[in-house]
Amino acid sequence: MKVPISWLKEYVNITVPIPALAERMTLAGLEVSGIDYIGVEPPTGAGQAAKGKSQRVPWDRERIWVGQILEVRPHPNADRLTLATVEFGHGAPLTVVTGAPNIRPGEKGQKVPFAQVGAKLIDGHYDDGRLLTLKAGKIRGVASEGMVCSEKELGLSDDHEGILILPDDAPVSVPLADYLGDVVLEVEITPNMARCMSIIGIAREVAALTGQKLRLAEPAMQAAGAPIAGQVAIEIPDSDLCNRYSATLIRGVTIGPSPFWLRHRLRLAGMRPISNVVDVTNYVMWEWGQPLHAFDYDKLAERAGGRAPIIIIRRARAGEKMTTLDGVARDLTTDMLLITDTAGPIAVAGVMGGAETEVTEQTRNILLESANFHNINNRRTSQALRLPSEASQRFGRGVPAGMTIPAATRATELMRVLASGVIAQGYADAYPVPQETSVVEITPGQVERILGMKVSAERITAILESLEFRVEKVAPEVLRCTVPWQRLDVSIAADLIEEVARVIGYDQIPTTLFDDTLPPQRRNLDLEAEERIRDILIGCGLQDTIAYSLVGQDTNHRLLAALNDPDSGYTAPGVIPCLLPPAACIRLANPLTPEHDTMRTSLAPSALMILRDNLRFRDRIAQFEIGRVYWPRENQLLPDEPRHLCLVLTGPRESLSWHGGSGEMTDFYDLKGIVEALLSRLGIADARFAATTHPAFGPRVARLTINGVDAGILGELHPQVRAAFDLPAQRVSLAEFALAPFLAAFNRPQTVTPLSAFPAVREDLAFIVDEGVTAEKVLAVMRAAGGDLLRAVELFDLYRGAPIPAGRKSLAYRLTYQADDRTLSADAVERLRNRIVKRVQQELGAELRG
Amino acid sequence: MTEDLHQLAAEAEATLHAAKDSAALEAWRVRYFGRKGVLSDVMARLSTISREERPAYGKAANEFRQTLDAAFAARQEVLRQAELAEALAAEGVDVTLPGRPVSLGRMHPSHRTLREIYAIFAEMGFQVYDAPDVETDENNFQLLNMPPGHPARDMWDTFYTTTPGVILRTHTSPGQIRVMRQYCPEPIRVILPGMCYRYEQVTARSEMMFHQVEALAVGHNITMADLKGVVISFARKMYGEGRKVRFRCSHFPFTEPSAEVDMDCIICGGQGCRVCKYTGWLEIMGCGMVHPVVLRNGGYDPDVYSGFAFGMGVERPAMLKYRINDIRYFFANDARFLEQFV
Ligand SMILES: [Zn+2]
Repeated sequence: MKVPISWLKEYVNITVPIPALAERMTLAGLEVSGIDYIGVEPPTGAGQAAKGKSQRVPWDRERIWVGQILEVRPHPNADRLTLATVEFGHGAPLTVVTGAPNIRPGEKGQKVPFAQVGAKLIDGHYDDGRLLTLKAGKIRGVASEGMVCSEKELGLSDDHEGILILPDDAPVSVPLADYLGDVVLEVEITPNMARCMSIIGIAREVAALTGQKLRLAEPAMQAAGAPIAGQVAIEIPDSDLCNRYSATLIRGVTIGPSPFWLRHRLRLAGMRPISNVVDVTNYVMWEWGQPLHAFDYDKLAERAGGRAPIIIIRRARAGEKMTTLDGVARDLTTDMLLITDTAGPIAVAGVMGGAETEVTEQTRNILLESANFHNINNRRTSQALRLPSEASQRFGRGVPAGMTIPAATRATELMRVLASGVIAQGYADAYPVPQETSVVEITPGQVERILGMKVSAERITAILESLEFRVEKVAPEVLRCTVPWQRLDVSIAADLIEEVARVIGYDQIPTTLFDDTLPPQRRNLDLEAEERIRDILIGCGLQDTIAYSLVGQDTNHRLLAALNDPDSGYTAPGVIPCLLPPAACIRLANPLTPEHDTMRTSLAPSALMILRDNLRFRDRIAQFEIGRVYWPRENQLLPDEPRHLCLVLTGPRESLSWHGGSGEMTDFYDLKGIVEALLSRLGIADARFAATTHPAFGPRVARLTINGVDAGILGELHPQVRAAFDLPAQRVSLAEFALAPFLAAFNRPQTVTPLSAFPAVREDLAFIVDEGVTAEKVLAVMRAAGGDLLRAVELFDLYRGAPIPAGRKSLAYRLTYQADDRTLSADAVERLRNRIVKRVQQELGAELRG
Repeated sequence: MTEDLHQLAAEAEATLHAAKDSAALEAWRVRYFGRKGVLSDVMARLSTISREERPAYGKAANEFRQTLDAAFAARQEVLRQAELAEALAAEGVDVTLPGRPVSLGRMHPSHRTLREIYAIFAEMGFQVYDAPDVETDENNFQLLNMPPGHPARDMWDTFYTTTPGVILRTHTSPGQIRVMRQYCPEPIRVILPGMCYRYEQVTARSEMMFHQVEALAVGHNITMADLKGVVISFARKMYGEGRKVRFRCSHFPFTEPSAEVDMDCIICGGQGCRVCKYTGWLEIMGCGMVHPVVLRNGGYDPDVYSGFAFGMGVERPAMLKYRINDIRYFFANDARFLEQFV
């Protein structure tokens, strides 16, 4: 909300410099987010911070004046130019050449802003706010000794049509900065501060914060017309949505432009001047916080068939329509509140007036509405119609019912003064649901318990009274506080504690670090394990990533590109990554884009999008993400949100370097190596890899089970999937796991095996087996045969080709034998070896290789 | 005779000195120590000389042998050292050539920042509590003192799901209700990190998804002074010891009194710049004393218990700390961005 200081000063004395005032307001909950200095110099000595973001040019106090035109003559050499002689009180009058269309030869007496040579102004010929320094010169052969300025040249508005004509009472020879200069505060209003969406509301706060008195007289109007009673009636059938509707009537107004002071103020406040009557409604709304609406009374009378109109405030009927004053035909719903008359709707209550009863240049008689509408209902209506406005901002946050009459009085009187006319005596005022007065009790003990600071009953009383609360001491330490009518935000003791704290200043509250029982301390092992996993994977050379939790169906479909019907999803039991069909996912009702409209059920699709993007800059990528997936649960409102782990690997195994390297590309086994390292670092012994199938993968794909629980899948992507993600034709390895099975073993107690004092014996054995015999089987047989004495088995060669027959392969192992209690004799080693060889031969059809 | 031996020794030492490599040294050894070498000649002569002269000659011959042994060993060592030095000299490398590359992974800046936050709060006895991303309107708004239609709901632009009453959490505060309902009547000191979502156009300054960390303390004697103490300790540990911190009155429906916490701008030192919108201050979190209605919704009697809560972003502090000027970098996962974090 924009607050011109000159306006604020009508209601409260400003006793501190503007930056200090802004800071005091900010700390007390009225955040001043900007300070705009209009024509005046920001305070010197203050840093940029205190000066605000103002980029305007101050009006030179030695060169820019309030002037008066003595004479306007035609330019001898140009039809469109005139010569204006201006009196400005600091030397002889000067003559300037001007093209302004709003001063014509023969006219005189206008008060204008006059700039002497040397003054800095905004260059009116450009729209980028560039500055010019006024120079003496000839224009079409005639000397120009200064300039009469437009609003644009002064930085007041974009208006460059003509020069600014000041009011007749503007004092000639006064520096323009003193006459028209101002400071505008931009104040952010939080929802609980709705009372401060008005100049008077802010003035009341400033008074309390700076120890001043609010200067506010009860508004009065000169009503010389016939009483309003009998000229209009008000009925409120839906008083749950409208607890008060007040109206005044003013006859014989002349619609026209507002005077300069009013237009100037509205513009400083950020509003556009329209006409005197409409400007007054806006002006009083800004000043008091009460939205107002002016109806053309004659149109209402006409709709009532010449009788006195009856204003009826009711909900819209099913199927009812009306055209609002922006010319749009609106479909109304039955929860929208309308202002109607006997002929139908005339306004959407507190949102927008109707086109038919709108004030126009021909309007002579005005019915002014000053009413109160239910905040939540009003907010919903303005949102549903997409008609946010200054009025609905205020109604939506709550306006006190006590405001209707003072605001209507103020506005009606202003209309009388500015648009002439005669005010009907009295008010039409229906007030079916009177505003309740809140009374809240508070004790200094409560204040101390919450703030951690002692505040005496006297201090509390003084603070609350400065904010217009009525405070009575009903017991030695109990204060009964009556909330003033303009405050709708105070209903419990905590609200009063905040008032006390913010007026004292939060900076006065001491700083302590708990004087309370320490809660039971619990470790979050899941988090610790997740962070451990993150560290391990980073240690393995993988980049940590975070993708959006929201994906689009298009991205999901790419992962199922190898299926005929990706729409149906893929949900084989226990298999990850698993993609639900779109309808089964958590979907947004209001997505920003179709690319982000569904909560992901798998990390793989977004991981592959990241891969695709990064392959533009890198040829070797190793990345992972630990993130949530979102699985709807049957008969539960909220989904399960298990954490998943996704690993992706592609490109050369070794990065480019002068050392050369194999030039080989990463594949399934690089990925598996990382998974094995992770399992090993987490102390997971019982992990099994088994061949499986999945539509996202080619033939190199395995399922991982940990402690017998399905953990997920790892493999090389199916070429069609690769293509669907626009990935190059190179192996892409991807794994997706549920994190939970990895966490199960975390923090389990671990014991260390004592070292054997006896020597170990190593020997190498190679077996030739059928292709179908897996490494896992060979290992298992060797381990079973070798028992405790077989300490380690390392596969160091896998060979296919001559002289090994086709369909067979050779596996070479280095075995380590060792006992804890003795040196193994050559005989013992031989017996052990024979046992192992025999079992492998018998059980796997193996042949010992030479 | 013994004079002859002295002369022989001098000759031997001279030729030994002339041996410049192991081949010459070997030739010398054969000449002097070989089966038909000089030394065996000298020793053989012992039997041919008179008995009276024999002891003196024997002694001299022995000295001759010892002299030759010592000289040979010394010369051998000199040559061995020289050869080693030569071999090592050939081993020299250009130490400025790059080493063999090790593949490096790096932690995402949001996770780095979260970890810093966890560590600072752990020292003050706050533990991490996990709450879901997909929330009920009830937890996200209603139980936090924002009934349907409450004007404060406008402060959060919400993503709604197609299931009525189910939304993406707009802040981590609904976790407050979950923690309180789980632990009531124990005292509470937790932080609640998590992803939050806002229906907002994605720009350099705003994201539709971001991390937040909420802190909640509930007990018999929790005051606003404690809130200030915790927040100031946090800010100085996170951003540096000398940081100025100010509390200004603000409004959240679920706290009363409420405050925004500002810190002197770390970019301009409080002088005013674009980042702090020329105020000299940066907003780092919102906080306040838990609203009595919220305490009651969590199961705690507000006449007996009190509490404070605060919530802050994670990406914002990271942006300040690393001078990141575009929030979209965080979830775009561009390798060129992520690889910059050491
Ligand atoms: Zn700054």
